[in-house]
Amino acid sequence: MSAASTAMRASNRRLLPEGRLEGPLPWLIAIMMFLMVLAAALGLGLGRAAASLADALAGRVTVQIVEGDPRAREAQARAAQSELGRIAGIRAVRRVDDAEMRALLEPWLGNIVNHGDDLPLPAMIDVDIAPGEQWRLAAIGRTLARIAPAARIDDHGRSLAPLAGLIASLTWLAIAIVLLMATATGFVVVLATRSALDTHHATIEVLHLLGATDSQIARLFQRRIALDALLGGAIGLACAAPVIFLLGLRLGALGSELAGTVALWPAAWLLLGALPLAGAGLATIATRRTVLGALRRTS
Amino acid sequence: MASIVQFENVGLRYGTGAEILSDLSFSLARGSFHFLTGPSGAGKTSLLRLLFLAQRPSRGLIRLFGEDIVTLPRDRMPLFRRRIGVVFQDFRLIPYLSAYDNVALPLRVAGVDEAEIATAVNEMLAWVGLGSRASARPATLSGGEQQRVAIARAVIARPELLVADEPTGNVDPDMAGRLLYLFEALNKLGTTVIVATHDVHLLERVPDARTIRLDRGRLDDPAGIVRTDIARPLPRRPLR
Repeated sequence: MSAASTAMRASNRRLLPEGRLEGPLPWLIAIMMFLMVLAAALGLGLGRAAASLADALAGRVTVQIVEGDPRAREAQARAAQSELGRIAGIRAVRRVDDAEMRALLEPWLGNIVNHGDDLPLPAMIDVDIAPGEQWRLAAIGRTLARIAPAARIDDHGRSLAPLAGLIASLTWLAIAIVLLMATATGFVVVLATRSALDTHHATIEVLHLLGATDSQIARLFQRRIALDALLGGAIGLACAAPVIFLLGLRLGALGSELAGTVALWPAAWLLLGALPLAGAGLATIATRRTVLGALRRTS
Repeated sequence: MASIVQFENVGLRYGTGAEILSDLSFSLARGSFHFLTGPSGAGKTSLLRLLFLAQRPSRGLIRLFGEDIVTLPRDRMPLFRRRIGVVFQDFRLIPYLSAYDNVALPLRVAGVDEAEIATAVNEMLAWVGLGSRASARPATLSGGEQQRVAIARAVIARPELLVADEPTGNVDPDMAGRLLYLFEALNKLGTTVIVATHDVHLLERVPDARTIRLDRGRLDDPAGIVRTDIARPLPRRPLR
């Protein structure tokens, strides 16, 4: 950087009026940053939930043997458990025991599930397929058709695909909102810069006639608007952070495993904290381009 | 003596209007002192705007410091402008800056060290009688004081060419004499000075000055520059 640039930078502070939070720009940016941080938090949380869901469901299959005759059901379950374990690509086969079954059904059927063996419960077998071995589902179907005609296969991934799709859509929507807000912030900065150029037209002309370069003049505006953007961004973040934190607590209180994964982790908070800095960077670039473009058109 | 400014058939019009300046051809020698006179509306300020590179001509050739500035790329303009000091008729002080910072501005733009700036600016403010008003903002200064700040700003960087538009219009005769003395001192150091003025008495104070007279956008003496005879007042012409 030239000596001229450095000297101008050192004395810049007094060249344009710099009352903080006096104009609407910091407040506009604060509002937009508030919404942007919320959308980003939603996107990050949902992204993590989608990943957790995919991890949890990938390769998970439950085989139900729905057979009224307890002895036949038991025989088919044993055979299925044994045969499925032999298929290549299957990582684990686990029979869901009766106590676990009853515990699962109790919220739906009440205490009746714990009295006697009259309630015909299906035999359930959890099957874990190794990653990349999803095509083994067909082999599982063929095996079960042979040894346990009463078996039904519940592919978790397929049954929860609509939910995973919804989460993915919401994640993309959140990303789109963040990008739209960033674009809108850029346009707001452009408008504010144009307005500032009009306001300080006389000063700019004098600076030009004294030999200031376009870059020197652009830096005056960059510095001022970047500070406004940083300040507005910090306010927006400060308002959004408690909202995100409280929403996280509410989600945690739901007791749902899936809802729990939406909560933000430390790295995500750091990412959100970087948004005002990114906003200030965006404002700086938008200001510089606007000022240089406008100055080039003047003479 | 080499010319610092050279005009050849220069014309200027704003937009599609009539020409404000027409067929101006003259040259100014380096280190010379000139007055620019003429009735109101003659085009003095427009001519000065061409000289301090606020405007490019509509036609013709202008050479400044030996370079054609009509086709000079925009990004080279600042270096040329730093070699020119300008006293604007309406002062054009920056309202947010103190008198000190206004005067320091050309030096800061040029990247001069702050310690050097402090010495030069304080000395200059003392010279123009504003040593005690260094921290005052333009709005709190009188018209005369603002004019002196504007002059101090124009000469602080010891420009090669000093262009002044009615620089003594708002000051008393004593101060006018003092400011003119400052211009002469700069001129003796090698600065080419051109002062637009209506003040006939001002012309008489600078024995070596030449006069350029403009009338309706044209040189009154198309052949070039009329020598000022200090023994006689300039010929009075009726205002048109």
